[in-house]
Amino acid sequence: MSQPKSNKKPAIFFVAKEREPLFSKKNRALLKDPLDDNNPITVQVLGICSALAITVQLKPAVVMTLSVIAVMAASNVIVSLLRNAIPNRIRIIVQLVVVASMVILVDQVLRAYAYDVSKQLSIFIGLIITNCIVMGRLEAFALGNGVWKSFLDGVGNAAGYGFMLILVAFFRELFGSGKLYGIQVIPDALYQMGYENNGLMLLSPMALITLGIIIWVQRARNRKLIEKN
Amino acid sequence: MNRDSNGYTFGFAAAMVLVVASVLAFTASSLKDLQSENVRKEKMQNILSTIGVETDREGAEELFNNYIVEQLALRNDGTVDENVDAFSDVKLALELKKDVETQRFPLYVASVEESKYYIVPLRGSGLWDAIWGYIALDEDRNTIKGAVFDHKGETAGLGAEITQQWFMDRFVGEKIFDVSGKLVGISVSKTNNDPNDTDKDDHEVDAISGATITGDGVSDMIIERLQHYLPYLKATPADLAYNN
Repeated sequence: MSQPKSNKKPAIFFVAKEREPLFSKKNRALLKDPLDDNNPITVQVLGICSALAITVQLKPAVVMTLSVIAVMAASNVIVSLLRNAIPNRIRIIVQLVVVASMVILVDQVLRAYAYDVSKQLSIFIGLIITNCIVMGRLEAFALGNGVWKSFLDGVGNAAGYGFMLILVAFFRELFGSGKLYGIQVIPDALYQMGYENNGLMLLSPMALITLGIIIWVQRARNRKLIEKN
Repeated sequence: MNRDSNGYTFGFAAAMVLVVASVLAFTASSLKDLQSENVRKEKMQNILSTIGVETDREGAEELFNNYIVEQLALRNDGTVDENVDAFSDVKLALELKKDVETQRFPLYVASVEESKYYIVPLRGSGLWDAIWGYIALDEDRNTIKGAVFDHKGETAGLGAEITQQWFMDRFVGEKIFDVSGKLVGISVSKTNNDPNDTDKDDHEVDAISGATITGDGVSDMIIERLQHYLPYLKATPADLAYNN
């Protein structure tokens, strides 16, 4: 009756739960997807306001990207750590407080240690608080996932946002002021032949149109984004 | 513990506010010295750049002490108030809101290789927020030696271009008094018709397209702030040559 099983496993005191490698396929997707397939700006159409406001020149766009990466990674980690403690009814307020404090911290540190950069960005740093991508990721991801995954998700989405910002800024600065990163790239000879900078590129409506063209190109290129009807 | 109870929610909110407030307050107060040091040195750097002394922020203090020989706090009647330190006590933004009687305006006198310059701080309004700067007058107290502008929140690529060297250079050599000795300042003009700014007697510089309101702010700021210094500038008319 009670025949001992021949393949009885020895008693295990430490259950070695299989650990997911730090950069498993799933985790890499968290970083990579927001760059293209699930880009916060071009696919989810979030964060449009700041994409219009700070893409006149490349430099502020680059610094803004770095600041958003810092803020999103940090607030995703914090909210993920607190995810089991945050009362459900005030979770949006808690997220807002976390994001706002991170933004103020970044601003204060920049002002003390990178004064010139902080002057460059001035009001834009404060605008990170209102960036819907930050709150969106906290609500949709960090509240339900572990710390490391949330960190990757924050960095990935911020990078996807920054990538579009830099791309739009590239075209706007090139055609709007004939410069890249503040350095003139369109030769004087061309101006003498009658070439003019397009002043409209410096205004926000052209950012929207540039973004529209980028979305068009991306959708034509990326099969996953083609809608099936 | 019931995470949805009122008590827990209130408790969490209170704890969160306490933690966040203390973290932010601690950061702000521990970084304050570094930050105000940056602002102070930048001010020196800006003042020096109007008289053509270019330096980085680190070297600013030493050069400032070398070149700036007098720092005066002037009353509106042109007399000097000895009790006020022009560099650190006077905040122009606050000063402008005071009564005329109690206003003090800073004037920096620089001496570079035997030449004397008068540096006047400026403050006014752009399109979105404050704009400010410094303007240096030559020994004749009429010709502009150099100008520097800065802003808080003007539009990047448009109004913010007033901080660009090419814009500030347009002011060099312009005169603030007209032939009759009346203060006219320098206007940032859309009808200047002199894009290379070769005419230095027209009291005008070429405006930036798309930055009309910021440009008007610069014109207003220059004439309004210089107004306070008229009694002092004219106090010794022998020096003052309207050599237009």
